[in-house]
Amino acid sequence: MSSIGTGYDLSASTFSPDGRVFQVEYAMKAVENSSTAIGIRCKDGVVFGVEKLVLSKLYEQGSNKRIFNVDRHVGMAVAGLLADARSLSEVAREEASNFRSNYGHNIPLKYLSERVAMYVHAYTLYSAVRPFGCSFIFGSYDQDDGPQLYMVDPSGISFGYWGCAIGKAKQAAKTEIEKLQMKDMTCRELVKEVAKIIYIVHDEVKDKAFELELSWVGEVTNGKHELVPKDIRVEAEKYAKDSLEEEDDSDEDNM
Amino acid sequence: MCLQESLSNVYYVSSKTINKLIQVHDRIFCCIAGSLADAQAVTKAAKFQISFHSIQMESPPLVKAAASVLKELCYNNKEELQAGFITAGWDRKKGPQVYTVALGGMLLSQPFTIGGSGSTYIYGYADAKYKPDMSKEECLQFATNALALAMGRDNVSGGVAHLVVITEEGVEHVVIPGDKLPKFHNE
Repeated sequence: MSSIGTGYDLSASTFSPDGRVFQVEYAMKAVENSSTAIGIRCKDGVVFGVEKLVLSKLYEQGSNKRIFNVDRHVGMAVAGLLADARSLSEVAREEASNFRSNYGHNIPLKYLSERVAMYVHAYTLYSAVRPFGCSFIFGSYDQDDGPQLYMVDPSGISFGYWGCAIGKAKQAAKTEIEKLQMKDMTCRELVKEVAKIIYIVHDEVKDKAFELELSWVGEVTNGKHELVPKDIRVEAEKYAKDSLEEEDDSDEDNM
Repeated sequence: MCLQESLSNVYYVSSKTINKLIQVHDRIFCCIAGSLADAQAVTKAAKFQISFHSIQMESPPLVKAAASVLKELCYNNKEELQAGFITAGWDRKKGPQVYTVALGGMLLSQPFTIGGSGSTYIYGYADAKYKPDMSKEECLQFATNALALAMGRDNVSGGVAHLVVITEEGVEHVVIPGDKLPKFHNE
């Protein structure tokens, strides 16, 4: 349950008596208000899926991207305050670019996510600025290190994962992700499962229409991070919708 | 990697036993050429940067990364510097590699390379005698012969020949004084 800071939550430079920095926790709440994004690492790549809520029919389809390219081999899916996320994607891009300029090769994902996490953390130290209100999931594929998946949250820590979810339905999504045997799956199989999970966790009642943004990076794309091609995305969405109908049918039978 | 160890200023040879093979990391060495003062300053800075980078990465640096660090230093300070390098070593990703960093900051990966004032005399020899996938002994012989020929013809080269063999297992130094080098017909 959330608790009120009452006086200790006015700036990020203040601890509460029970040792919490409320501003950082409030930033994480901002992430939980946004729609869900998931990232899963499989045998030969990483797949991202984002539930993009369509607030108005006037929006152009495909705009308002939630998945960014940080470098040729690195993708980033975000949840939370999108403006914060976009400016951080620029920070990540500069890190990756400077690394290549200095050291002559692609930035390893662990290092990139640590650098971005350090930057995010810096904004949790001072009262003059507010923490970033977004979490992101980084994914990359490299010939030697294989697929990698890292998540950074507003407190400025980064962890490596096989599968993770951020946003409003993250608990439900995590439950679904845990059911998967991702270490044995290929990207092509995983794309369908990611689409299915997004469809499962989408709340039809509270949020109406949504657009599914899918991207991947792996052996199937030769190490390049890109949006999933239209035909594969359509096939994945069909699989997701059919699976949901099956479950609905079986529920009805049980009743 | 091998170098002849002589340092000269315009009028005389200052030393015949200078170390021009600088170790920048456990399995990465640099041959220096040009202004020794500049080269020493650059390798000192590069050694620090590479060491720091390696600790941040939590793994030994790639030879390419080490060569890139040197290249950045050379390129960004090209007005002030007059030093060229040959960076070579072993890393887990690509195994043994050789990179040249030229005067202005050009970085090139090559199967083998030669440099320095005496190198002009042995381009023909090196091109003719190099073959890929030589054994360690063949490589040492090739390098020693090349050095001996260069030192024989170049008036500012000479002294001691210093070779370093770098493998996954470790680093081996071979030092050959000038009079113990192989002799060719011109002597």
